Amino acid sequence: MRIGVVTFPGSLDDRDAARAVRLAGGDAVSLWHGDDDLKSVDAVVIPGGFSYGDYLRCGAIAKFAPVMTRLIPAAQAGLPVLGICNGFQILCESHLLPGALTRNDHLHFVCRDQRLRMERTDTFWTNSYAADEEIVIPLKNGEGGYVADEGTLDRLEGDGLVIARYLEVNPNGSRRDIAGISNPTGTIVGLMPHPEHAVEDLTGPTTDGLGFFTSAVRSLVKS
Amino acid sequence: MSLDTVARAESTPDVEQPYADLGLKPDEYERIREILGRRPTSSELAMYSVMWSEHCSYKSSKVHLRQFGDKQPEGGWPQLMVGIGENAGVVDVGDGWAVTFKVESHNHPSYVEPYQGAATGVGGIVRDILSMGARPLAVMDPLRFGPADAPDTKRVLPGVVAGIGGYGNCLGLPNIGGEIVFDETYAGNPLVNALCVGAMKHEDVHLASAKGVGNLVILYGARTGGDGIGGVSVLASETFDEDGPAKRPSVQVGDPFMEKLLIECTLEVLHAGLVEGIQDLGGAGISCATSELASNGEGGMHVELDRVLLRDPSLSPEEILMSESQERMCAVVTPANVDAFMDICRKWEVEAVVIGEVTDTGRLTIDWHGERVVDVPPRTVAHEGPVYHRPMERPHDLDALAANDANALARPRSPEEIRTTLLTMTGSPNLAAKGWVTSQYDRYVLGNTVLAQPEDSGMIRIDEESGLGVAISTDCNGRVVRLDPYNGAKLALAESYRNVAVTGAKPLAVTNCLNFGSPEDPEVMWTFAEAVRGLADGCLELGIPVTGGNVSFYNSTGDTAILPTPVVGVLGVIDDVERRTPMAWGPDGEIIYLLGDTGEDFAGSEWAHVMHGHLGGIAPQADLAREKLLGEVLIAGSRDGMLTAAHDVADGGVAQTLAEMALRSGIGARTWTPDGLDTAVFLWSESPGRAIVVVPRSEELRFTSMCAARRLPAYRIGAVDSGLGADTGHEGQQVLQIDDVVVSLDELRSAHEQTFPNYFGPALTK
Repeated sequence: MRIGVVTFPGSLDDRDAARAVRLAGGDAVSLWHGDDDLKSVDAVVIPGGFSYGDYLRCGAIAKFAPVMTRLIPAAQAGLPVLGICNGFQILCESHLLPGALTRNDHLHFVCRDQRLRMERTDTFWTNSYAADEEIVIPLKNGEGGYVADEGTLDRLEGDGLVIARYLEVNPNGSRRDIAGISNPTGTIVGLMPHPEHAVEDLTGPTTDGLGFFTSAVRSLVKS
Repeated sequence: MSLDTVARAESTPDVEQPYADLGLKPDEYERIREILGRRPTSSELAMYSVMWSEHCSYKSSKVHLRQFGDKQPEGGWPQLMVGIGENAGVVDVGDGWAVTFKVESHNHPSYVEPYQGAATGVGGIVRDILSMGARPLAVMDPLRFGPADAPDTKRVLPGVVAGIGGYGNCLGLPNIGGEIVFDETYAGNPLVNALCVGAMKHEDVHLASAKGVGNLVILYGARTGGDGIGGVSVLASETFDEDGPAKRPSVQVGDPFMEKLLIECTLEVLHAGLVEGIQDLGGAGISCATSELASNGEGGMHVELDRVLLRDPSLSPEEILMSESQERMCAVVTPANVDAFMDICRKWEVEAVVIGEVTDTGRLTIDWHGERVVDVPPRTVAHEGPVYHRPMERPHDLDALAANDANALARPRSPEEIRTTLLTMTGSPNLAAKGWVTSQYDRYVLGNTVLAQPEDSGMIRIDEESGLGVAISTDCNGRVVRLDPYNGAKLALAESYRNVAVTGAKPLAVTNCLNFGSPEDPEVMWTFAEAVRGLADGCLELGIPVTGGNVSFYNSTGDTAILPTPVVGVLGVIDDVERRTPMAWGPDGEIIYLLGDTGEDFAGSEWAHVMHGHLGGIAPQADLAREKLLGEVLIAGSRDGMLTAAHDVADGGVAQTLAEMALRSGIGARTWTPDGLDTAVFLWSESPGRAIVVVPRSEELRFTSMCAARRLPAYRIGAVDSGLGADTGHEGQQVLQIDDVVVSLDELRSAHEQTFPNYFGPALTK
């Protein structure tokens, strides 16, 4: 159960993502942005951060990295990928998921413990959760407002591709309170909040985030 | 215009030089001529002018700061691995781990340009920590602003907060605490101090020295540009008026992405054993790095300045020497290791270039396209600057201030007055919730943050296996320092010490950022000297050394100096972070104790400030033996599992401590004034040496016996009680009851949390 964690220049939560993979019982494998080599991993996490400084548009440069030239076709062919925060932005920029993440509507960076409702729980990355389970995990972003055209939003909701929605407070102006989405087969998931920061009682607000990583391990065991 | 070379300087001794515009005094300029035996070249003049500035040379403070080194226990400080004088001090925290931390000021740039000023303040302190060989692990920011309702505060505060967040968040360092204090003396001169802490194994400690003749000097990181040149543009414009570059912005511009690459790249070259000496580039840029490295090493260095990679090719050598472009480092590397060093730089896409080599000539020589523009003894630049014994005078108004007794102010008596005062105080800007600010900082990144603001200290785990961690707090009540600088500085130290001990960590070392007015004002200088003396004496009494810090003078608006603000940071170590004591109290029935004695200490208090706009009286006296004892009890309580919660009593007194504990947990409590105390004194006096702890009933006897055995007064002042709402007419609500006064946590929370959004706008839309 080898789960890759990509490090771009400016990736910040790569250590955290690797820790979460380990705590869930998987082997974390470092993937370097400059290598067009996926090291035979079974799944990939693209962690949060500010890849290449995100000075252009979040994730816009990362999608051209050598590792992405391998990862994009592999993901299209079914390799499971979880993009968290900047990783979600990169997945959208890479057109592996629809829509885009824009500047928070209140124009501030925000870091808070965020309540979510898990809405799709049959994916590779969310099957440890119960349907409609409420979880609290950290959210921290400056550009986390999920946007897409109305047709896309209708399709995401109609096809049940919204995996998690913000509860109580919409922290960034995301359309229809969307916190995370998946592709139709449930192998590719993008999520703005940070499950990797909620895997230990000591350092997280809860351990609710661990489920994303145990889901992956469980999916790999089953297959 | 021809280059001002050493040869030219020798042949044209009488050229008039703009030393005064660069901030040098006539006698300082004469001394430079004496050292060199000729007039300085314009490049040399530029170097001396910045290195002999107050900021770099500590010329007014040096004679006082010596006490931090001189006042130490016999045999020295056992925990100290690297002391004052290096980029940051290093302490041994056990298990082969070493920790380095330091606080620095970036006050003036942050007033001119709040975002970039604050951002580059974070960048600078992070590089100081990095240059010791440590991985930076967290940052904190002690901040001071003008009144919350002043129009300029609305410009400065949001900019500073966005800058700290913008830089720190992008760098991937959790922001785990700090302070925000408002006072009218900071209007026009905010204080933006930045603290960073890092950790390394003992064998990874590195120093800033250029050792090994023939070793090469590599400049790496961002390219050198025209930002942050400040006074030197005066010189450049006078020397090169024809083709010279246009006026430069004097506030530096930060690139946190480059700093992140610089961190990873630097740690990789250090761990690969490729570095003999290392220095970050901060104030005074290449001038500082080369002269300090040479001065600390073999004593000589030769630099080819035209090799420096530039962002702007029109820069003159003087400007290159002075540029404070951010995100640059300087390393000394053996010739055999240069290729390996460059490979790692390429991996991280960090530009690097060899700019010179270590020599044993005892001179720092710098050439520009083959012509010598600098030839100086490096020690005279870096370490042998002017030293002043500035005149000092006790402030003329201290006696009048002392006579203006705060204890005579009208106090709230009736339950209604007490209730109103409680809500007003809890919502006053200095005591209000700081979530508006801290929610703009990432506190989670790296996954080792155990405690963060609003807890008493920020606490981070260093070793995931053993649970070894450190806790840090920064504190200073400038009003008390104003009333009594010697004792006030001790109280700042005591508060910071207490905040660390409250979390269960053992205080180990001190850093400080001494923010004062003009050293040329004898009353400011006296105040500074007294504060330093108090701090040095206090450190000796508590057994914790000052490991480094920073002095910031000239903090004044017109003739009005800021409140003297010696910000004290204390670092403590905890063997297992699982044992930390948080501030939120536990389930129903747990017992609330006030440790320490409460006297009538309203002088300099937040209550006098908020309710009466008053500053006067006799400051409370620091009793550091008592602080030490309190610390021991708090640490033992944490270690032995006797405490569920603990919280320092300081600004805003017991009332504020109770309110914060209740709001943090969301659970109510019933509390009462101990016998013989006036309720207003109990609630708002700021007697030092106190903390509130919460003890499970099963541990009560053991805990009170321990306090009795150690002769630490412990007063039973309440119990956690979630069911009070129904009894007090607040059905379904959590309430805090103090004697006959009842306030719901909803009402308290609203008062506490609405203040910042009211002043600075909503941070988060609903």
